[in-house]
Amino acid sequence: MDYPLLVGIFPQVLLDGIILGFMYALIALGYTMVYGVLEFINFAHSEIFIVGAFVGVEILLSLKGAGLLETLPWPLVLVLILVAGMAGSAALAVSVERIAYRPLRAAPRLIPLISAIGVSFFLQDLIRLVESVWRNAFNLVYPTMDVLNERFELTSTLDVSVKSLVVIVAALLMLWALHAIVNRTKVGTAIRAVAEDQAAASLMGINVNRIISLTFLIGGAMGGAAGVLFGVQYGLINPYSGFIPGLKAFTAAVLGGIGNIPGAMVGGIVLGLLEAFAASYLSLLTGGAFGAEYKDIFAFSVLILILIFRPKGLLGEVVRERA
Amino acid sequence: MLSVDVLDVAYGQIRALKGVALAVGRGEIVALLGNNGAGKTTTLKTISGLLRPTSGTITLEGQPLAGVPPHEIVMRGLAHVPEGRRIFNRLTVRENLVMGAYTRRDAGIAADLDRVFALFPRLGERVAQVAGTLSGGEQQMLAIARALMLGPRLLLLDEPSMGLAPVLVEQIFDTIVDINRQGTTILLVEQNAAMALSIAHRGYVLETGSIALAGTAAELSDNADVRRAYLGE
Ligand SMILES: Nc1ncnc2c1ncn2[C@@H]1O[C@H](COP(=O)(O)OP(=O)(O)O)[C@@H](O)[C@H]1O
Ligand SMILES: [Mg+2]
Repeated sequence: MDYPLLVGIFPQVLLDGIILGFMYALIALGYTMVYGVLEFINFAHSEIFIVGAFVGVEILLSLKGAGLLETLPWPLVLVLILVAGMAGSAALAVSVERIAYRPLRAAPRLIPLISAIGVSFFLQDLIRLVESVWRNAFNLVYPTMDVLNERFELTSTLDVSVKSLVVIVAALLMLWALHAIVNRTKVGTAIRAVAEDQAAASLMGINVNRIISLTFLIGGAMGGAAGVLFGVQYGLINPYSGFIPGLKAFTAAVLGGIGNIPGAMVGGIVLGLLEAFAASYLSLLTGGAFGAEYKDIFAFSVLILILIFRPKGLLGEVVRERA
Repeated sequence: MLSVDVLDVAYGQIRALKGVALAVGRGEIVALLGNNGAGKTTTLKTISGLLRPTSGTITLEGQPLAGVPPHEIVMRGLAHVPEGRRIFNRLTVRENLVMGAYTRRDAGIAADLDRVFALFPRLGERVAQVAGTLSGGEQQMLAIARALMLGPRLLLLDEPSMGLAPVLVEQIFDTIVDINRQGTTILLVEQNAAMALSIAHRGYVLETGSIALAGTAAELSDNADVRRAYLGE
């Protein structure tokens, strides 16, 4: 076995895993926050995520068409697409809750879940329709900005592109902001209070519906940011691109302990790392018997094992108290 | 201050309250007594808007409360300490109290914090503790303190003695009297009739969803039926 190679690629694989993990973490937050408040899986969150990527690509294409992409300062462009993607996904998430979930709040639990699956398919095909009418395209390519593709060689085996740094910095900022909002503001405390006991929260004068909308808004914004970063990092999106990352992010949320915000962050990073290491090392370690395409099988096997021994997830509570 | 008239409440087909009528005057402590399942909790939940009545009227300081959601009712000066305390277990003591003051923008919040810490010194020593790790008595204190942070003129208390050791019950009841003396009107639901009548001005007895008896605390304490059914004689 080629040990120098195995050791040599380690830092690069670690970096790739962390980037992928941040992406999963940002998406997973949307699942976990909504679950925390409503005990409901927002199956449409994968589309809410990818809509952020589409908002981003549309702005970039418009700027490019107007010849502004090269003339505007690139950090400004990045901030613009991030903010717009977050706003787009947040608005979508709030509307979906208002239209498709809230009227079903009192219905048996399976009903809103089915509604969410319906919304998910509806949004996929709506995006497809809009893009085919508007751009006559199925796959959209993120226009590149030259700066973003510049790479720094850190060591002979590790180099990092500007866009990877952008993704890491942006993701860290988002996670920090979310943490601060949820743990250090009054409205964040209200989100946690509503998650624990809606009736008691309403007796505190908290408008529970408004807090639920806010939860969808924040989760949607995080998903939208992830969508834009996904587009910037991987470059190609289509109307169905949200589905698999969404499913994996949901898994990450379960892995971390669904309903638990730090758990979503940890679960996302762990899943990203598992996937990256499996993609790079499986074929090397098995002499090519298992190729990189087995990465998901490996990652999900580990996941199943973890959940067998920790059914509540890595950071999930062992006992859940409910009044 | 509060008046409830011919109130009917049902859970699906089950009628839990049938024509309940009661009134609470400003400055009073009124006890609402009755056995398990009589409808005491249902009465309080309907007053605070958690349940919708099928018919009847509820007015608070002359304003009808019909159809008003709970988060708006509490802004009109009513606070409800629900049965089983329902504190936020995963929040700290301080965060629970901040939730009590959620809707307030006035300058009196700090003074009210001092006031609840004066009433419940043990909470003051545990502000940073996660509420779920408090003892039962401390949790009840927190539930009452949290409600006081709303700055209520009328306080509904649902079985504050539930599950507490007798010495703690005495302490909580002493505090209820203090809160009342400081100007808050109180509607107190209790199964512990002796304790409740010892601090109340007036009382009602609820039996299977209807008011069976009403009177001053002294009258109820002397009533033969009450003595037999609720005071264990
Ligand atoms: N959520 C509910 N669903 C159906 N019936 C209920 C519910 N809550 C209470 N009841 C019924 O309503 C009646 C009154 O209950 P409750 O108000 O809790 O009584 P109390 O507080 O006096 O013990 C009881 O017969 C009880 O079984
Ligand atoms: Mg009760």
